[in-house]
Formats: sequence, C-alpha cells, structure tokens
Amino acid sequence: MNTKLSHYFPQCTHDPTLIYLDTAATSLTPTNVLVSMERYYTQYRSNVSRGIYSNAETATKVYEAVREKCRALIGAQDVQEIIFTAGTTHSINMISSSISTLTDDINRAHGPHIVVTAMDHHANFVPWQHVITHYPEGTFSVIDLSDDYTLNLTHLTEILTEKTTILALPYISNVLGTINPVREIIAIARDINPDIIIVVDAAQAAAHVPIDVLQLDCDFLAFSGHKIYGPTGTGILWGKRKHLEKVEPFLFGGEMIAEVTHEQTIYKDLPQRLEAGTPNIAGVIGMGSAIDFIQSIGFSTITDHEKELTKYALEQLKLIDDLTIYGPQDEKIRTGVISFTVDNMHPHDIASILSTEKNIALRAGNHCAMPLHIQHMDVPATARISIGLHNTREDIDHLVDGLEIARKILCKPSKGQKV
Amino acid sequence: MNIYQEEILAHYHEPSNNGELKDPTHTHCGFNPTCGDKICIDLIIDHDTITDISFHGQGCAISQAAASMLTEHVKGKPANTLKNLTKDDILEILGVELSMNRMKCGLLALETAHRAYYKNIDESKS
Ligand SMILES: Cc1ncc(COP(=O)(O)O)c(C=O)c1O
Repeated sequence: MNTKLSHYFPQCTHDPTLIYLDTAATSLTPTNVLVSMERYYTQYRSNVSRGIYSNAETATKVYEAVREKCRALIGAQDVQEIIFTAGTTHSINMISSSISTLTDDINRAHGPHIVVTAMDHHANFVPWQHVITHYPEGTFSVIDLSDDYTLNLTHLTEILTEKTTILALPYISNVLGTINPVREIIAIARDINPDIIIVVDAAQAAAHVPIDVLQLDCDFLAFSGHKIYGPTGTGILWGKRKHLEKVEPFLFGGEMIAEVTHEQTIYKDLPQRLEAGTPNIAGVIGMGSAIDFIQSIGFSTITDHEKELTKYALEQLKLIDDLTIYGPQDEKIRTGVISFTVDNMHPHDIASILSTEKNIALRAGNHCAMPLHIQHMDVPATARISIGLHNTREDIDHLVDGLEIARKILCKPSKGQKV
Repeated sequence: MNIYQEEILAHYHEPSNNGELKDPTHTHCGFNPTCGDKICIDLIIDHDTITDISFHGQGCAISQAAASMLTEHVKGKPANTLKNLTKDDILEILGVELSMNRMKCGLLALETAHRAYYKNIDESKS
C-alpha cells in the first residue's frame, strides 16, 4: 500500500476532489514552504546582503542557508558553486549566452559544435540552437532516440567528436519519463573529448531521484524550485567552479559589485558575481523549505511511492483500448511522467472532459518538446499525467474512469453496422 | 459549462464540407502550435459569392466542429459574409462558452478562412 502524503498539501484540503496529475508542469506546495515564506514577509522582511540591522542579518542568514541545502541536495562540493536563478530556463540561458567566454572553440576555424538530444525540453534546446546562429562555422546536432524511447547511445558516439564543445541533455524527459543513464553517457562523452562541457537539465529529476553531481561528473546542472515543491520564479545553476569563473554575468547591477569607480568595476566573487539585483528572497527561502520537505520525506520513500504508482498507472493504462503510451515500458528506467494518446480522442478533448467530469488536472499538448513530438513520436500532441507525492492509486482509478467517460462522450455512437 | 454539446459532437462526428476542393480560388492552412491542430480551408469564390468551401486537417472536437459550422454558415453566401464574420459570431454559432485556453481551438477555422480570403485577394491584385 502506498503512503498517504496528501495532507502535506493545503491545495488537497482546499479542494478534496481535485486529482492533480500535473506535477511535471509545476508541483503542489506543502505547508512548510508557505509558512517559511510568510514568516519572511511577516516577521523579518528586509533586503539581503546589505542591511546591518538584525532583521537584515536574519534574512541574509536564512537566505544563504538555502545555498547549503541546494549543495547537499545535488552533492556539490562547494556552496559558492550554487547560483540562484529564476529557474531552469534562466540557468541554461546563462550558460548558453556565455559560450564565448566558456570555451576557446569559438575562435577555432571549425567553430563550436553543440549537441542536444531529441528529448530535450525547449529550454535546453532552443538556447543552444539560437547561440549557434552567431557562429557561421558552428554546428548543432541532435541525438536520436531508440525505439524504446531511451537515448540512442550508438548515435551519441557517432555524433560526438573530440571537437564537440557542449553536450546538453535532460536527466529525465518531461514527456517520456525516461531516466537517462547520465553517468554512463558522460563517461562515453569524456572518452571522446575530455574537455567537453556537459550541461544537465535536472528540472524533472531534482524532486524525484537523488542527484550527485560529483559522481555524474557533469559540468553544469540546473533545476527549478517550482518543480520541487517550492515557489515559482526560483531555481539554481550549479557549475564546476573552473567553469563558473568563466561565465559572463547575464545581468549587471547591484549586489554583484566589489568596487565601482568612474573608470572601472570590480565584481564580487562567486556566487554574487552572477546574481545581480535584489534576488527573489522569499522564493529562495521557500525553495529551501521545499528541500527540507523532500529531505524529511526522504528519497527512498519518494522513489518507492512514485515507482509503485507509476507501475500501477502503466498497468491500468495498458488495459485501456486504443491507448498508446510514449515512453519506456520498464518502470526501473522511468519516472511517473506518462504521455499517451487514445485513438480518435484528441488530447485537448481528453483534458477538457477529465477536468469537467472528474476534476482531474492533466496536461495536453506538446509539453514544450515539439521536436520530440513531431520529428520522433510522429504525433502533434499527447495527454500527459505526472505523479507527485500527494497522488494515490485512487487518483489513477479516477483517471481510468475518466478516460472511459471521455470515450463515451467523444466517440461516435455505433449505429448498428460500422461503415 | 459542458462544451461537448450534442450539436458540436454531431459536427465533429459527421462534419459538413470536409475534404479538399478541386481548383479552389483561395486556400490556406492554419496551425495551432500548442496543440498541434491544423486546419486547411479551400474556397471557390465566383463573382463575390462563395460557391464552395471545404476544410480538412486534424484537431480537437471544438476546432473541427467550428470549422464544419463555419463552412455551413458561409457556403453559397456573398464573400462579405465571410469577410465580416467575427469571433463573437463564431462563438454564437458554436453555442458554448469557451475557456481562455480553448478559445484558440474555436477560432482557428475563422482565422484560417480569413487568411485564405485575404491571401488570394492580394495575390490577384498584383
Ligand atoms: C525538462 C525540463 N526542462 C526545463 C524546463 C523549464 O523549466 P522552467 O520553466 O521552470 O524554467 C522544464 C519545465 O517545464 C522541464 O520539464
């Protein structure tokens, strides 16, 4: 039997009939996250890193403590390698826009070679595709998928060369649920080019699987606070210090400055150099509490709960006629992000009907992964459920009932013989 | 409000004017990138009258029904009927209230038909 965890989430109490199956888009918020943000706003509101008075010191202390929580969550070595950002998209753009200072490849005749995967979210695809347009000699390649919706590692070895500058990949696909063998992939990539810069998009991983950046041996890793039970508008970029030192600030202004004169500016050290402006203080504090929440539940409970439900959901969905699942069948290499189509039922209609008939929240569309849908799955859109800690087996049962209701509404009543 | 009313489902299951026209005078395909819907509209306009209109493509019940109803509404009428057709007209013809997120589905056929109409008018001027 799976553990009941929905009581942590006020939204489940506010609307007990809500069946929220869209954690991959954004997770629900547990009470402790709300409480910590409210405490900041009601008890010690002040700016960080500047005031001398006691509330400012409290705020700075609580805010900076979140860096340590993030460091521990991903197994990084040094808190100064944790840069607070507005989320994964922001983090990845920070690196892609700094490619000219990160690598010498842009000065070489062949230009940079950037490799992404067919399962990347637009946030880890478009910034790279865009930056390559600045370099006429640069090249952009996409690693294909195998038939079982895992990355095609043979294709990976064919594409990577000793000149490849960047390999950007998702830890977990936000459409297929595939958990990529990131460590193995990075080892292969470093065999081919020891200097390759590897960027891991951990948006769908950070709340679901334990991460260890040192063991993975990636160069950068990003996640969003709002997908790990924290508030929107938060996230981190982690990078190896030797790379972060070379990242050009994306924003210039206050908080990042050691000294300014009319003639020149000297920046602070990491992480402040990359965090200009007053940050999202309450948000970062909330993200810290979200990490506390995850750690207090523990990854072994989280993965047990989610694997059990994923297995159950896959079993139940497979019993539905004309339903196709896009993703690995084996729950050992996947998470509870499950995309599917049902013949003759458009995903939008499925999502509308499940909402009105069963108060189920699930996503329909291409989930910001258009290349994957159009060029690899060959469907314009899918319906997607994604499992979070609040979900139960009953939620899956309601989903299955809802899909049968949708079928009754949408499918043509058979008038005797089929034409 | 339940948007899957009998009339909408009837149009979805058995759309009117569904298919391609031979020798259309105007044609355009419209997309809704977020949901992957695609609707193409073919028109034959002869002496300012829409003598024939058809649609084809793929999409949800709302976008398909709206396309079917639109073609019924303007077929055989003066071209101005299409030209002057507004968003509110389509919503009235559909007879349901659409949420913000489904509005694009309901209006794809209208936008596409307008583009078809204007695209070829401009081309024939040149
Ligand atoms: C795999 C993946 N990468 C990146 C993102 C972008 O995250 P954000 O919108 O929080 O920047 C998402 C969120 O949809 C995602 O699922």
